Amino acid sequence: MSDNEVAGHARSRMEGAFQPSPEMGPTPPSQIYGHFSDENPEMVQFVDADGNRLETNETNAPYAKIVEEMTSEDARIIYRDLVLVRRIDAEGFALQRQGELGLWPSLFGQEAAQVGAGRALREQDYAFPGYREHGVAWCRGVPPENLLGMFRGVNHGGWDSNENNFHLYTIVIGNQMLHATGYAMGIAADGDMATGDPDRDAAVMAFTGDGGTSQGDFNEALVFAAVKQSPVVFFVQNNQWAISQPNETQFIIPPYQRARGFGFPGVLVDGNDPLATYAVAKDALDKARSGQGPTLIEAYTYRMGAHTTSDDPSKYRSSAEVEIWKEKDPIKRMRGFMTERNHADEEFFAAVDAEADEIAVRVRKACQEMPDPEMATMFDHQYTDHHPLVAAEREEFLAYHAGFAEEGGQA
Amino acid sequence: MSGTRLSLAKGLNAGIRAAMDKDPKVVLMGEDVGTLGGVFRITEGLQKDFGEHRVVDTPLAESGIVGSAVGLALRGYRPVVEIQFDGFVYPAFDQIVSQVAKMHARSLGHLKLPMVIRIPCGGGIGAVEHHSESNEAYFAHTAGLRVVTCSNAADGYWMIQQAIASDDPVIFFEPKRRYHERGETEIDEGGTAELGLYESRVVREGTDATLLCYGPMVKTCLQAAEAAAEEGRNLEVVDLRTLSPLDLPTIMESVQKTRRAVIVHEAQTFVGLGAEIAARVQEECFYHLEAPVLRVGGYNLPYPPSRFEEEFLPTLDRVLDAVDRSLAH
Repeated sequence: MSDNEVAGHARSRMEGAFQPSPEMGPTPPSQIYGHFSDENPEMVQFVDADGNRLETNETNAPYAKIVEEMTSEDARIIYRDLVLVRRIDAEGFALQRQGELGLWPSLFGQEAAQVGAGRALREQDYAFPGYREHGVAWCRGVPPENLLGMFRGVNHGGWDSNENNFHLYTIVIGNQMLHATGYAMGIAADGDMATGDPDRDAAVMAFTGDGGTSQGDFNEALVFAAVKQSPVVFFVQNNQWAISQPNETQFIIPPYQRARGFGFPGVLVDGNDPLATYAVAKDALDKARSGQGPTLIEAYTYRMGAHTTSDDPSKYRSSAEVEIWKEKDPIKRMRGFMTERNHADEEFFAAVDAEADEIAVRVRKACQEMPDPEMATMFDHQYTDHHPLVAAEREEFLAYHAGFAEEGGQA
Repeated sequence: MSGTRLSLAKGLNAGIRAAMDKDPKVVLMGEDVGTLGGVFRITEGLQKDFGEHRVVDTPLAESGIVGSAVGLALRGYRPVVEIQFDGFVYPAFDQIVSQVAKMHARSLGHLKLPMVIRIPCGGGIGAVEHHSESNEAYFAHTAGLRVVTCSNAADGYWMIQQAIASDDPVIFFEPKRRYHERGETEIDEGGTAELGLYESRVVREGTDATLLCYGPMVKTCLQAAEAAAEEGRNLEVVDLRTLSPLDLPTIMESVQKTRRAVIVHEAQTFVGLGAEIAARVQEECFYHLEAPVLRVGGYNLPYPPSRFEEEFLPTLDRVLDAVDRSLAH
């Protein structure tokens, strides 16, 4: 598909929603550059849909060195991540369908975006996710079982954020972008930036989707990060659908171009190309850690499944669109690249598949065996210090249930 | 510096300064808090003395101020943010109720948000729209937040330090029409607060009825009690100071003694703090009461243009009228 065809496609999709008129000024850059396509010449790519290494060009050249320095071991790590994360996600979906989880937001299709970003983070960096970042959680070392609690309804987040520097999931869209920016302001205030010590210099990565870019908090985060030159990387996974709403209802200027209006660079990367997402994320994080300020990365990808298990994408998008994206599958292209470059043999791929099976069993078992919390614990941790209302209501709760026990029932 | 006569504004300034001296992790954030010293000059001189990294002038974005303060708190800082006026807090309301209030509980106690959100509150200064609201009930209704308010310089000095030292997020209301009223203030760096942050104070003892009030209405109620005394009525006045949690024992003890209660606040009465207090008093003091619990508050209208505000806000006469109605039972 040529750029012109892409631009035409974009216009046709916008019919009825937004009709630019001559009075409205020049054609939006999104249409000029054919943003609504994965063939935008401004998009950083290293591997095509079949796994062929693309030539170095003007767009990917700044990141080529990072990719060239990646070893076979790096490639195997990333491939393993992609496969295991997809399997964990599939298990989450199945567990919801079987009634074990109340909800599951699938990352299916977005594995390369998340693994590339997740593997670019260093131990001392901090990640602030939305609620779909299971792949980033995996890369940070959060046990996948711990992701299930909030979707099973037994907690609001089953991990200690500071153990893996991975914040709790954030449900209200965009809130976490400001938390990330504030945390990054704290890194700068602590002097843990631009010291030249790779074990000390830290950065923050904040994750949201294309819909999240419409939120006030997202935009305020960009303003704060820009004027404070905070060490934060905004990682927008443009999976093209904000529940039922396409990109056209979220922005005219695409997110990566919008960053420049806030005063820092924006980069468009093929979100299904794990080498590209890793390289672009690493470059942005290195810049943030060294005191060069924020970057916005738009990872152009696709949500293959529903928004969550409560959603029905057949109501708002065509199956033909989904079929096109199947061809761009990140695991398929990574495997193709590795095979062509002899980074791994069939034995490795089989071992990863076997490991995925094992993890799926482990996750399922952990979910099914996850105990309901003791009900009185819902009064715990509301405050750090004594709170008389909470204490009184806890006593009332316990007394009420003790009454049933006295009557011969269950407390 | 003991026994000084200070304004509430100066008391707050001295309290914040003391907290910053004590703990290098205390940082101030807000629009205009640095160079200008805040629109009410509460942070005056602090940026000069503590530097722009600890007194941070922010962009004009309330959600940004509160949301980035959340991130700073997660990094180990103790942010004290200023919202310029009560009516400007709503853009940050989402961050406060969705994130600030819930972070500790949802993290099962792993994360703490030791932050203070200072909000100049209430009317009576002849301001334009959105500058004179009393929105404490929104925050008191939100579990996870603590809500306090001061009424005089000494409490301003001590309570702001206690709020900053709290590991829980505190909404700190400052009655803007009392900012420049002076009071005897014991400011002693080696001293300690007379009361805990979540304790109420009986500011005038009496026997005939209890006036329950806070913030800007404490002075009004004390004036009402003096006027009532000339008519031979002996009113007790309780400065609640803490709105969430309420200091119920102090309230109940007073009402059980006087057997009559009138709650006075600037906020509209419908679903206001007075409604909660009245319900609690009814539950716990039913057999002690000689009269229904009454409320005096703003009318159930959006805050009116300032030429109306003397009629909108509870006045000494409206308080006394309620006392008359209570005593008529």
